[in-house]
Amino acid sequence: MFGYRQLRVAILLGATLAALNATSRAAEPDDPWPGLVQDIFNNRQMNDGAEVVGIEMPYRAEDAAIVPVTLRTKLSPDDSRRVKAITLVIDQNPAPMAARFELGGEARVTEISTRVRVNSYTNVHAVAELDDGQLYVAKTYVKASGGCSAPAAKNPEEAKNRLGQIRYRQFARPDQGPSSTREAQIMIGHPNNSGLQMDQLTQLYIPAFFINELHLWQDNSLVLSMEGGISISEDPNIRFTYVSNGAKLFRAEAKDTEGHVFQKSWRVDDPGT
Amino acid sequence: MKHRLAFSLMLAVLAISGAAISSRAQTANVAVNEVAPGLFVHIGEIALMTRQNEGAIANVGFVVGESAVAVIDTGGSVREGRQLLATIRAVTNKPIRYVINTHAHPDHIFGNAAFSEKGTVFVGHKNLPQALSRRGEFYIDAFRQIMGAELIDEVRLVPPKLLVAGRFKIDLGGRTLTLRSWPTAHSDSDLTVFDETTRTLFSGDLVFLTHIPVMDGSIRGWMGVMSELSALPALRVVPGHGPVGKWPAALDDERRYLETLAGDARALIDRGAPITAAAESAAASERDRWQLFGDYNARNATAAFSQIEWE
Repeated sequence: MFGYRQLRVAILLGATLAALNATSRAAEPDDPWPGLVQDIFNNRQMNDGAEVVGIEMPYRAEDAAIVPVTLRTKLSPDDSRRVKAITLVIDQNPAPMAARFELGGEARVTEISTRVRVNSYTNVHAVAELDDGQLYVAKTYVKASGGCSAPAAKNPEEAKNRLGQIRYRQFARPDQGPSSTREAQIMIGHPNNSGLQMDQLTQLYIPAFFINELHLWQDNSLVLSMEGGISISEDPNIRFTYVSNGAKLFRAEAKDTEGHVFQKSWRVDDPGT
Repeated sequence: MKHRLAFSLMLAVLAISGAAISSRAQTANVAVNEVAPGLFVHIGEIALMTRQNEGAIANVGFVVGESAVAVIDTGGSVREGRQLLATIRAVTNKPIRYVINTHAHPDHIFGNAAFSEKGTVFVGHKNLPQALSRRGEFYIDAFRQIMGAELIDEVRLVPPKLLVAGRFKIDLGGRTLTLRSWPTAHSDSDLTVFDETTRTLFSGDLVFLTHIPVMDGSIRGWMGVMSELSALPALRVVPGHGPVGKWPAALDDERRYLETLAGDARALIDRGAPITAAAESAAASERDRWQLFGDYNARNATAAFSQIEWE
């Protein structure tokens, strides 16, 4: 399980790597992935995920603060194995562990899209954990953005004003029926501060303040949960597919690093806001 | 005035070639035009910041009063800043009392260190210190990779001492500049400088001409600020990028672009399209009307989509 301790490890690791990069800038930067496999996955064996998990990102991070990423499960429907969790790792970010998604047992989530911050040229890995305990990895490469793009909030005041607002939206799908795949989106107003910037007046680091836990249920059945880090963009946004269990209510609960709990529920047949 | 400038420039070149100044790049001056009496502008290249152009892509300028000079933005490297300083010294030896940064982006502030003399006050939007602390180190690291250590290692983040919230007048001796801070628009630290004497507006990146507008703040905020801006009694504008334009006609292209971008993003959201669709199609009809469209439109569209989604 990914928690504070590992986040700290990840931040420290990122800082160390940044320092290493700074001293050997001309050379090919060392590949942080083996170290990340050790720290995040306890050195467990990584299998080729070509037929298990997919990751899609734009080749160039157009806006460093908002880089769309889509994760897909690729197991065929008649495969007896199930994807339990997908971990998203942005290798060169200060906190490489971006998010860990757990997929509910009966919701059959096959697609998760979110938005992340990307600091520099980097590999991005998606690691799927199956219910047989095996790990499968897929990766993509993202070029850093150019110009004045930065992985920081564009409008910090507005982000503060939206704190804790949760919005839900159900998307119409052509094949929509009682037990078919649905698509929905949850947006949470939150600055998701990285805590890596120094306040110029106090010379102290602005504390990290971000959504670290999100759970989504239909009635009492887990659809999806996320443990998030500072690489998730401000106003975390998760769009996903799932299969209805006939529940009438959809519920969301988010927690942040200051202990705020944000909750909201909707009628499933409501298209949302 | 033209003659005097040419003569002074020659003097400056002579002075510099004779002096033992440590920097290797003594190309000496940036080219400036005197677009109104005592108001000089260097029009930046319409390009991304590179090692070759030394970051000199933004418009920078200075205003000469009876007793002092104000500099408006310092360029995308300390080298460009030094060249701007050399140009100013070719025009006048009055003290540089103010260096005004129109916002936190690297092409406007990376030259600041060239002006850190005693008696020079750095001026910016009340949000500029925060913007520099949130982004500054990231910009330095990112542009070290793009432009190389030689240009970037000497860059210093110089936070403003004089913060502007609302309107603030500075006096250069018989010449008043009115500074005004704006709500989040192009960025969260946009500041304009209006020279009352010649009715010339330095808009910073609140106005782009020819160079595609870059949205790093709030699309709705920017559209709102533009309608307020258009009421200013200016004759001309020195935009952040692109040629000097007539006021307020210089706003037309940018307004059309932002309205198109917002409208297209809204339509995509309404029909449930994902954010990636915005990068591909929003404001596509504007492609042939701007330079650097391919470099910035997808980014503008992504940011606009994520904001309009909350409306």
